[in-house]
Amino acid sequence: MKRRLARAAKRVGLYGAALAFTVFAVFPFYWMFLTAFKQDRDLYVGGTVATHIPWIFNDPPTLEHVQLLFRQTLYLTWVRNTVWIGGLVVLITLLFALPAGYALARLAGRWGERLGIGIFLTYLIPPTLLFIPFSRVIAVLGLQNSPWALVLVYPTFTIPFCTWLLMGFFRSIPRDIEEQAMIDGYSRLSAMRKVVLPLAISGILTAAIFAFTLVMQDFVYALTFISSVGKMTVSLGIPVALVRGDVFYWGSLMAAALITSVPIAIVYNLFIDRFIAGLTAGAVKG
Amino acid sequence: MALKEAQSVVAAAPAVFRRRTLADRDDALGRLLLAPALLYVVLLVGVPFGMAVLLSLSAARSGTLTFPWVGLRNFWTIAADAQFRLALRNTTLFTVVSQVLVMVMATAAASVLEAAFFGRRGVRMLLLLPWAVPVSLAAMAWTWIFDSTFSVVNWTFRAVGLLKGWLYWFGDPTLAMIAIITVHVWRMFPFATVIVLAGMSAIPAEIREAAVVDGASFWRRLFQVHLPLLLPVVTVAVLFGVVFTSTDLSVVYLLTRGGPYNSTHVLASLAFQRGILGADLGQGAAIALFLLPVLVVVAILMLRVARRAEVGG
Repeated sequence: MKRRLARAAKRVGLYGAALAFTVFAVFPFYWMFLTAFKQDRDLYVGGTVATHIPWIFNDPPTLEHVQLLFRQTLYLTWVRNTVWIGGLVVLITLLFALPAGYALARLAGRWGERLGIGIFLTYLIPPTLLFIPFSRVIAVLGLQNSPWALVLVYPTFTIPFCTWLLMGFFRSIPRDIEEQAMIDGYSRLSAMRKVVLPLAISGILTAAIFAFTLVMQDFVYALTFISSVGKMTVSLGIPVALVRGDVFYWGSLMAAALITSVPIAIVYNLFIDRFIAGLTAGAVKG
Repeated sequence: MALKEAQSVVAAAPAVFRRRTLADRDDALGRLLLAPALLYVVLLVGVPFGMAVLLSLSAARSGTLTFPWVGLRNFWTIAADAQFRLALRNTTLFTVVSQVLVMVMATAAASVLEAAFFGRRGVRMLLLLPWAVPVSLAAMAWTWIFDSTFSVVNWTFRAVGLLKGWLYWFGDPTLAMIAIITVHVWRMFPFATVIVLAGMSAIPAEIREAAVVDGASFWRRLFQVHLPLLLPVVTVAVLFGVVFTSTDLSVVYLLTRGGPYNSTHVLASLAFQRGILGADLGQGAAIALFLLPVLVVVAILMLRVARRAEVGG
């Protein structure tokens, strides 16, 4: 009886802890959701009014804020900017990181391992250390307030990161496969292109997706280089340009945050396991 | 007969005696494939990094491209600057407090996620959300949550009787710092949880079962079995956390813009304010570079941990 009680208590504790962590993690998203669909008179009630419960819809939900977002703000322009900047950066990143990742996994010996760690460490050099010299480089190139500045700068963190990730994926593919292909008469390069790349496709996709999300995450470089509202990315436009003077359009703001976050969150969750596998495989000797 | 043999050798020749090209010399090919990525990183990380050091020794301003050399003057100026010292203190406080909280929470969350219970996959998925969402969007949600008039946190505290008055989260330096740390912990702990969880699953089950069979209590198992085995992986998580926390400006900038009265600036946000908004590139670079020694130490520690894990594995 006592044992069973203790077991039950443990169970309750476990669920309680799981619930607490979940609530903490999810609360801001719930708040985005509520705010995005609440009517203004439901939203802007002084918080001190104890009878008005902010946690629920007190009035029926509305699409007013979402409509405002799509019709009267540049949200769609920002999405477009983010997509083409992110797409280009992913392309550039893969072009550089794929050969490098393969070389580090297969062709380089002892020095490759060191170099791999070295490249990964450059990923840790924070944007906040580099935005000042970059602002000068960008000025010299005449790219102030141009999205091209971001296309140039974002690969500085996506290339090291994806090189490391891809190195991990390549290592997890058995060496014998390309050795067999080379015995069959393929050169190293064609073995790589025709045999290894198709096997690595899911890893490449993972790297591309994470490069894209890294681009979406950036706030510092966008803030430093872009000043025109029409040239902003979502990460910059939403917090900076949806506030007019001192007025926050909270409904539309939260709608924008929610609509942007949901697809990222879904994609992230779909790929997280593969992502962790790649990240840790890079650290384990192949 | 001999002729036929010779013919078959000739026929096979293209495969066997194919000319060795560059592509077959692994070493050279390796260098060739690595070169573009390396070049990009050297040109766009290495060079700007060197520029940051040079800029910190100059009185350069944005708008002009001159480079007036002033030696260490920028460093003396900021060292005597009360606002800089406050930013340095804030950065330290912000990093240490949030990392301690993150690691405690991540270890707890990882233990929870390790246990088998109904809905575990769902919980894991939801816990990852804060890490996936772009920081600037999450920060806006938190700004609204901590709003001076409509704060749901305040309303809830009052409703359950924890609070009598009304807290102005971004109007008071201490409260603003608490808000900043809360947001940062919220954002960082999922990532740390994932790392710790990966480390936990790497601990052999026999070791844990042996500890249970030997009758070790929960706390003893935690402190004498789990945590020591987790140490390398936790170290990596902490080092990552320190780098991402001590150099972050987005949470501070978005939540408070460094206010009230410049009381919540961290080094990165102060560097932004002086270097970009204030156009004093030299001073901005000097402030940003203050983090460099910390980062170097972190990098060295990381390499050490990586090497030790290698030896151990």
